[in-house]
This record gives sequence, structure tokens and C-alpha cells, in this order.
Amino acid sequence: MEVGNMDGPVATAHEVTKRFAKDGPPALDAVSIDIVAGRMTGLVGPDGAGKTTLIRLLAGLLDPDGGTVDVQNLPAVDADHAAIGYMPQRFGLYEDLSVIENLSLYANLRGLPASERDARFRELLAFTDLERFRTRLAGKLSGGMKQKLGLACAMVKAPKLLLLDEPGVGVDPVSRRELWAMVRNLAGEGIGVLWSTAYLDEAEKCDTVFLLNEGKLLYAGEPARLTGRIEGRVYRVFAGADGRRKLLERALNDKDVTDGTIQGASLRLVMKPDVGAPRPAAIGAPADCRIEATAPRFEDAFVDILGGGPPGTSALAQAYRSIPQTQEPAIVAERLTKQFGAFTAASNISFSVPRGQIFGLLGPNGAGKSTTFKMLCGLLTPTSGGGQVAGHDLRKARAEARQSLGYMAQKFSLYGDLSVQQNLNFFSGVYGLTGTRQREAIGRVVEIFHLKDYLSVNSGTMPLGFKQRLALACAVMHQPPVLFLDEPTSGVDPIVRREFWTHINGLVEHGVTVLVTTHFMDEAEYCDRIALIYRGEEIAIGTPDDLKTQAAAKAGLDDPTLEDAFITLIEESDKQREAA
Amino acid sequence: MSAFNRQRFTALLVKETLQIVRDPSTFLIAFVLPMILLFLFGYGVSLDTARVKIGLALQDTSAQARSLATAYERSGWFEVTGSRDVASLKADLVAGNIRGIIVIPPDFGRRLDSRGDPASIQVITDGSMPNTAGFVAAYAEGIRASWAAGLADERGVQPLPPISLAQRFWFNPELTSRYFLVPGSIAIVMTMIGTLLTALVVAREWERGTMEALLATPIGMAEFLATKVIPYFILGLCSMTICTLIAIFVFGVPFLGSALALLAIASAFLVPALGQGLLISAVTKNQFVASQVALLSAFLPAMLLSGFLFEITSMPRIIQLITYVVPARYVIPPLQTVFAVGDLWGLFLRNIAVLLGFGAFFFLLAIRATRRRIA
Repeated sequence: MEVGNMDGPVATAHEVTKRFAKDGPPALDAVSIDIVAGRMTGLVGPDGAGKTTLIRLLAGLLDPDGGTVDVQNLPAVDADHAAIGYMPQRFGLYEDLSVIENLSLYANLRGLPASERDARFRELLAFTDLERFRTRLAGKLSGGMKQKLGLACAMVKAPKLLLLDEPGVGVDPVSRRELWAMVRNLAGEGIGVLWSTAYLDEAEKCDTVFLLNEGKLLYAGEPARLTGRIEGRVYRVFAGADGRRKLLERALNDKDVTDGTIQGASLRLVMKPDVGAPRPAAIGAPADCRIEATAPRFEDAFVDILGGGPPGTSALAQAYRSIPQTQEPAIVAERLTKQFGAFTAASNISFSVPRGQIFGLLGPNGAGKSTTFKMLCGLLTPTSGGGQVAGHDLRKARAEARQSLGYMAQKFSLYGDLSVQQNLNFFSGVYGLTGTRQREAIGRVVEIFHLKDYLSVNSGTMPLGFKQRLALACAVMHQPPVLFLDEPTSGVDPIVRREFWTHINGLVEHGVTVLVTTHFMDEAEYCDRIALIYRGEEIAIGTPDDLKTQAAAKAGLDDPTLEDAFITLIEESDKQREAA
Repeated sequence: MSAFNRQRFTALLVKETLQIVRDPSTFLIAFVLPMILLFLFGYGVSLDTARVKIGLALQDTSAQARSLATAYERSGWFEVTGSRDVASLKADLVAGNIRGIIVIPPDFGRRLDSRGDPASIQVITDGSMPNTAGFVAAYAEGIRASWAAGLADERGVQPLPPISLAQRFWFNPELTSRYFLVPGSIAIVMTMIGTLLTALVVAREWERGTMEALLATPIGMAEFLATKVIPYFILGLCSMTICTLIAIFVFGVPFLGSALALLAIASAFLVPALGQGLLISAVTKNQFVASQVALLSAFLPAMLLSGFLFEITSMPRIIQLITYVVPARYVIPPLQTVFAVGDLWGLFLRNIAVLLGFGAFFFLLAIRATRRRIA
């Protein structure tokens, strides 16, 4: 096979502009990118940045309003579609066809010769670990497995250009790493890969990244060059786990700090240029605390290029009532077990969360996180075991237990056809607020979350960041002592995510207890303790730093990330299972 | 864009067939719903006039009045509730227990005797059910007229016109409405499969995001549309066959034509039905909207404007004009004919040509509307 010029781009977009509404802002504004064969090209940006629009233009599914989009030197619309592998965000699978039927459908549509089929299918099924599920209907696969099958279908006939629209979304870190490794291999074979993602750690691993925000290209080039811009400005502050939330608040309010996050027991701070290391006195840390410079990450640079993180004080927390101190824990799960027929979705899950802490349920898709979560919300009746929320027994006082918690669902689950005002009225009413108290509560969140301009707007049409604010507003209006958050910040940009955690941290300081499910490592870092759920069982529990230490001991890693820990512990569990 | 490719075509066809076989809702729309419809029209709906309940207010006690009352009771058309006054019957009429009141006034006998002075009765009907009201009024008058004629005959007078009418109904001598409702409902069933089901399945591809994935492969639009149409064409014919067998063997509807003619008529009708379904789904891309549009633009016109339930010639002129653009209008007469009369190829071919014309029109629009772009 003639490879041709390996350095020439497989696909290019030149000054491409796309508008969906005549007078609205363009979805893409004069964006130029090159996708080079043999390289991993990352397309990074928050939701609504224009990533999907650009990918659809490259797949020849949209006509550009301005500029040109070429694939293999032909306009994308007329290009050879057999040479383009495309995995849309919603997988593009037929749910009523089995794994193998989906695969052979796409093999035939892409013109894979019959002689190569068996070998190719075997290879793909082995990689995706779907061999066992050959005849299972795609609709019955878990989210992660669907994603793998979607990828297998997109590359069933080795393409020249592989377009992947957020292949990492909703996939646990283990599957994400596997997916990445295989796509990386493909790129090595001379395929041009465009990997769109909102995960900045993925972007960091690409050869080239294109950073989009609100339709504009903010950065193009090697990720290391972007990260290099903030070299020497990133520090970690070790001042003990107890006061870290207060410390972060003060640090973020310091004029020399541009961005900060919690990383286990420590703080990670990005300083303004030319101000040097953070001074303990300025951020209110003990004078003897350890401060060390650390290597910048892509996300630090990303937030910096967007203008830094939000201030550290949460207006929401300031207006919140103080949750009275109690002796008993705010959330208790005692040997919670749920069986669906012969399938055990959750088995003997036990933990307890003291008042004023953040507890995380971490685990791959389909591990049993949501099942556990739903049992604690009173939405599912446990097969055995029990639990308490704010002192109310789940079996006896479900309604009381529910009244004392605020719930924020993973997907936007407010009424998209109702205005912001109507949603606020409805949810405050549902939680029993009436009259003056209701008006005050609504007025408070409208001011705190800057919703005034959106009051009469249908909530479904707002930008994602505002939807997420509204969802939080609806969950906290009745000032519950306990908050349940289901993957609260997946898909939102890092700025909004920081703002969100500023509020949560502030609320926790007021005595609110938070239970969060996530497979987003950034979110997990904010937790006081984490339970790692895998195959329906609790395989590890402890602080984020505990889990990292455990993993470091097992895998011999030096300063592992939480993601490393997650993967190590899951692999360990698999080994034990195989041995048993 | 791409030339027709057999590998792709077969793959899509297999996919579509598997989906049909596995999707319970397809089965429901293609087989269960037609069955319900057929039994509804076969047993539930009848346009025949059976005995109607009426009230009879006999306010006169004369022999003539009583004789007329007896004529109503014995007519066989009415189930009569007798009373002395109108007031008590009115309540029944309002409650819907009876559909009309015939009032024989107190001076009925006296007027009749005085001759020359026309003796009149009053007929009150329930205007909320116009068909029944018309029936009651016409039959009440008819019975009175024949009673009066008999009376005159007795008295040796000859007031009757010298012409008498002898009615004879061809093709459906007992005027059983089932005989033309059941064949007609086959057209409704095919409209549902052709238009509703096709509109739904293409819209579903858009909704579930599979369309996006398909469009990114080298498939040509011709392949896509053909593989959407062929399975549902076959499904439509299967459903038609089952309906026909039920019509003949369960409802005892006579079938005087040939299977070939029926097949030709049904096939010709499925062409515009499928084309319309494709067009709807290509434009709406949303299952809910597609089903609403299909119901309003195909199902309801097929029911109401095709001559299936209501005689087109008795519609207002403007509505009659509208019926010319309802494809189902051209399938009802051949369908009823092939059942009740036999093969009349002249009529069939004329209608088949019109149906194919509609089909070509819809398909052209559908092909234009189905583009290889997603927005």
C-alpha cells in the first residue's frame, strides 16, 4: 500500500465558519485545523464550543457557510466516505441488532471485503472485549461497551481519517485508557485521528491540540507548548486535610492566584505571572506548611488561557443556614444490596458519612454506583440492608428522608419547556416552600447564580453552564442538610466546574453533607472519602490520598494520580476474581 | 452520489428486516392494529339501519289514530314506546333513550274525517345524530303515507300516483354494510403500514442518531430509500393478505374478483402510501411529529375522504374537490369492486395509473427532501 506523503494533512479546515441561526452567534468562527496522518489530533473545548459541528463538517454531514473543509484533497462533502471512520456522540448503533450484526452492517456499508471479515471481527471483538457478548443486542450493553462497539463499527474497515466525537464521555477510566491505546496504535499505522474531548488529561496526551471555545480557536499546537506557558507558576500547598476547603477559598480570593483546586489533602494553585510562589501569610496557611513547585498540567494552562478561575467565596454558602451539629452520621448505608432477578447490581455496600463531609462513590459504568445512589434517595427499595439519610430510616421514612435531601441529577432533568422562573417556582413548591419563604428562596438563588436575565427563558435553551447552575439552584432552595449529586459537572467547562465546587465547598463548611457519584477524577479529588465500587462491590474505601497510597504500594507507582489509583485497584480486583 | 452497490444494499435490507422482526411495535401496527380495525368495522360499526327506539304520543283516541299507531308498532323499523303526552317522552329523548317522537295530535281523527282538511302528525327527532334523525323522519313519513294509502284504498278512493317504485339493489342485495366496509378497511390498514410505519422508522433513525452514522458511510440515498421501502412494501402485502383471508373466511365477505387483481391494486396503492411516509419522515425527523402528520395527512383522509365511510357524491362540492388529491379515493372503488363485483380491468387500470402517478410525485419529493446533510 502506498502511504503517500505522511506529513501532508489527511484533512484540513480552512477559515471555516458555520451558523445555525442567521442572527445568532456562529457555531464556528473562521476556524482552521489540519489533521495529519500518523498523529493524534485533539479537539478540546467545553460543551457548546463547536467541536461536534467541526467534526460533522469533516464527515461531510454539513455544508460550511464560509471557508473550506477538505478530506484527502476533496471537499469533505464529496470525499470518499469509505475512507472516513466516524463515531458520533450517540454511538450510531442499532439497539435492536446484536453486537455482531451491527459490526457486519457497518462492515458491508464500508465495503470490507468478505475475505477479511472474520479476521477483522475477531481482532476488534478481542480488543473491545465484546467476544462474550457477540449475540447480545446493542441496546442491552452498558454505556462503556456501547462506546467500544461504536468505535469498532467506525473503524471496521481501516480508515484514512478517524473522527471520534467525545469517545471518552461516559466511559470509565479503564475503558478510556484502553480506547486511547488502540486509537493511538491506529494513528501509528498512518491514520489521521481527530479525538474530540472535554477531558483535558486526554488532550494533554495528544500530539497536537486545537482548543475551541465559543466557536473560536484559542490555541493550536502541541499541548506541551501551551502547558509551557505557565511553567514555574504551579504550586502545591500541603497544609493538612482539615482546613483545605477554607484555605482554598482564601487562596482563590488572593489577587496573586489565578486558579486553584483541591488535590487530595493538598491545594493546587496557579499563580499570576511573575509573582513567584504563594506566601502562606497571604492565603492564610500556617507558616510552616509545605509549598512545592509542581509540573503544570494542561488543565492549568487551559483555565489560564480562559482568564483564570472564579473567586473563592460562595455567595450561596454565605446565605445558607448553618446545619446543626449532630452526633450521628448524616448518611449511613448498611450492607445495601439490590438484586434484579439473578443479577446483583449492588452487594453489601456499607459506609457512613459524618456531617459536613463530601463522600464520593467512584466506579466504572454499570458498577452499581447509580443503584446504590438510588437506594439512598429512596427511589429503589433495597433487596436487603438499609440506610439512613439525616437520621431518617430509608425503609420507614422515605418521604422524610427525601425531604431532607437536595438532588441534582446527572443529565439536565429540569423541565426544558418551562422558563427558569417556572422551574424555580415548581421545585421550591415541591419541596414545601410557600409564600414569603418561597419568594425569598427564589430571589436568593436568582441573585447568587446570576439567573436574572434568564428568568423568562425556556431553561432547555440556555447554555450548559446556566443549566447546571439552575439545577443546583433547584436542589438547594429548601436548604437541605444533605445533597446528592450525580456526576454533577460532567461535560461542563473547567471554569464552571470550579465555580460549582466553590459553592459545594462553601456549603460543606456550613455543615451540609454531600454524596457524589462520579467517574470524573477531578470531582473525586474534592471528596473527603471515596468508596470505589466495582462489579456491585465495594473494593476500596478511604481518602483520595489513601487510595493513591494503596495503589502506589501495589503497582510500584511514584506519585500516582487518582486515575492511576482507580485503574490499579480495579485491575487488582480483576486479578483476585480470576484467582478465586 | 455513490453508485448502487449490492453489498451495501443487501446489508441494509437485512438490517431493516431484522428490525421489523424484532420490534414489537412494528408487529403491533402491521398485524394487531389491522385486526382490531377489521373486527371493529366487521362487527362494531354498521351503517345498516336496525330498529330505532322512538316514542309515540297518542293524543287522540279515535279509531284512525289507533290504527296509525298500530302501523308504527308493526312496521318493523321502530321499537315504539307509547304514551299519552309528549312531556314524558321529551325526557327520554333528552336522555338519549329514544331517537324521536311521533305525535298524533288530539284532532287527528276529526280532521281526517272532515276530508279535504289534511290530517298531520308531528315528528320530533334528535338533531344531534343527523343520520338517525333523517332516518326517523323519512320512515315516519313513509309509514304514515302507506297507512294513508291503505286507508284510502279501503274507502275506495285512489289518491296514489300511478307510478310505483320497485327497488332492487345490485351487488349487495341485502345492503350489508360489512360487505363494503371490510374491503375498504384493507385500504386503511395499508395506509397505516405504508405511511405511518414508514414515517416512524425513518424518523427513528434520525432520533437515535443512527442516521448520522449511516450518512457518514458511503451509502447512496437510493440504497437507503430502497431498503426502507422494500421491507415495508412486503409487510403491507402480508398484512393485506391476512386481512383478505379474514374478510372472506371470518366475515363471509364474497370475493368475486381474482387474487391477481387484488395484488395489483394493493401494490399500486402501497406506492403512494410508502412515498408519503418517506416524505413525512424526511421532513419531520421526529417520531412524534411524524406520527401526527401521518395521522392527519394520510390516515384521516383515507377514513373520511376516500368514500370508505361516506359517499363522496353526497359531500359538499368543495370537499369533493379535495377528495381528488387523496390517494385512498382511488383504491376504495377498485377494492370494493374486486370483492363484490369481480375483475373490471378498465376501472382497475385507470385507478392504478392514478395511484402510481401519486406515488411518483411523493417519491420525487421524498428524494429531494432526504439529503445527505444533517442540518
